[in-house]
Amino acid sequence: MLDLQIRQRLGAFTLDIAFTAEERGVTALFGRSGSGKTSVINAIAGLTRPDDGHIRVGDTMFFDSARRIDVPVEKRRIGYVFQDSRLFPHMTVRSNLEYGLRRVPAAERRIAFGPVVDLLGLGHLLDRRPRGLSGGERQRVAFGRALLAQPRLLLMDEPMASLDAARKAEIMPYIERLRDEMNIPIVMVSHALDEVVRLATTMVLIGEGRVRASGPVGTVMGRLDLSAVTGAQDAGAVLDLTVETHIPEDGLSVLAFDGGRLTVPQIDRPPGSAVRLHIHARDVIVALKPLAGVSLRNALAATVIELAEAGPSSADVRLALGGSFLIARITRAAVRELGLVPGREVVALVKGVAFEPDSGAAVSERHGRVVDV
Amino acid sequence: MEILTPMETTALLLSLRVAGVAIALGLPLAVLAAWVLGRYSFPGKTLFDGLVHLPLVLPPVVTGYILLVTMGTKGGVGGWLYQTFGIKLIFTAEGASLAVAVTSFPLMVRAIRLSVEAIDGGLEAAARTLGAGPVDRFFTILLPLMAPGLLSGAIVAFAAAMGEFGAVITFVSNIPGKTQTLPLAIYAATQEPGGDAVAARLAAISFTVALLALMLSEFLANRVRRLIGQV
Repeated sequence: MLDLQIRQRLGAFTLDIAFTAEERGVTALFGRSGSGKTSVINAIAGLTRPDDGHIRVGDTMFFDSARRIDVPVEKRRIGYVFQDSRLFPHMTVRSNLEYGLRRVPAAERRIAFGPVVDLLGLGHLLDRRPRGLSGGERQRVAFGRALLAQPRLLLMDEPMASLDAARKAEIMPYIERLRDEMNIPIVMVSHALDEVVRLATTMVLIGEGRVRASGPVGTVMGRLDLSAVTGAQDAGAVLDLTVETHIPEDGLSVLAFDGGRLTVPQIDRPPGSAVRLHIHARDVIVALKPLAGVSLRNALAATVIELAEAGPSSADVRLALGGSFLIARITRAAVRELGLVPGREVVALVKGVAFEPDSGAAVSERHGRVVDV
Repeated sequence: MEILTPMETTALLLSLRVAGVAIALGLPLAVLAAWVLGRYSFPGKTLFDGLVHLPLVLPPVVTGYILLVTMGTKGGVGGWLYQTFGIKLIFTAEGASLAVAVTSFPLMVRAIRLSVEAIDGGLEAAARTLGAGPVDRFFTILLPLMAPGLLSGAIVAFAAAMGEFGAVITFVSNIPGKTQTLPLAIYAATQEPGGDAVAARLAAISFTVALLALMLSEFLANRVRRLIGQV
């Protein structure tokens, strides 16, 4: 696992960051541009040096100001996928991929060339030069090159920031496969919420050089006080559900989670598989009791947990459903008229969901857009 | 029928040898200087930069004179070399190589430095994360990517070294067969009555060699650029 606590003066502000990340899965460092995210992973890689603190990966201490430990970059064996790929222009794709691999003793090579080439679909590119590759292809080669260096931790600095929406959709499944099929922890920097919701297991929210919140994506996204940081338009909760059953005659699927069930347009996944949904606050309606005679199918019993102002006329209401959370954005007038206070039992009506499949290539046609339910 | 007279052949071969040795010895140092100047900042960098470029603005005769004073058998460094190793630079072809190495050095550094500065520093950072140490990075990333500048710098400096006059004649004099390179032979011919024809032929040889060198430089640099994926 990654254990990090660093302080570093960066021009206008001081980076003061501490968090831990698990042995598996993707930890997303999320925040606006200039919040200090990239400085954190540069410190992990050793490309910059914090003023003080420590950085430990597994049982190896890479940096410890108190004990004067500072392992050089080239000895850390931490993979780094740069935003701009940084492939070596004078080498073929194959030589690029082998660059890190050849610098690891044969006995310590766990990740082999062939499987990585297959995983990332690079077979037909091996003899090409980086110059002729598309942005998405370059980034896939960069993933492969970093992986083949046998890293104990993989860092990604906005790996999709320089790609258009189509290329991004093309590369996301590959990152999911890295996450699910390679047993390497990944720390990813991002300022795009859809990437974080789709790829991350843990989310570390960074603002002005500080950790504003960290934890499972659903928990962090369900907090009202953070909507200013995550972006008002995208405010909303994240639910992790499993496919319970399909109703082919209606073209629907039933998804279950610890707070109840949601019916959504049929998704292309077998029952039992995991699905992650991003439910925007503006797509959740609050009612005091179950409604009769409405077209909305998804009504869930919920309890009001907290309220917060979200704008001149609007308020965000945080709702608990079992162990999960939803956020509803409603008018402040409605809050007053319905008498919404913490502890109040209500019904949450969900009118739209954004699919953020947890893994695999399924439901790819629905990426990134909200589906009415 | 011979195209060149024996005297012309001697002068041409000597010029090629003097310039070749000068470039071969100067190139590694020029790469080092270009790398340091292009990649690092340190106290005294401006002074170092100035010293490297000094032969470019100094009259070659002055360069030759400084060499004469310091590297002659009675000079500080020259005396030590002569007494310790028996190496004599003054009035020899090796001395001529030293003189043209000094005057052509800034030309090489300038060309190589430009290509060092054009290399994205991010590539070196990437190589570091992939486990490459400083020497490894130099040979696998920097050297191949600076190759076009290195090549054209070396060839242009070679052509300039073949044409160096003032520093050579001041330091090692004008001895046919030993230190008389093409420009010195031309000068000698013009000093003799009726030597115009000889001088003209030698000048034509110089012209041809210089032009060939420039064309070769352009051709090779393009080839290398393609080889390292820049085109």
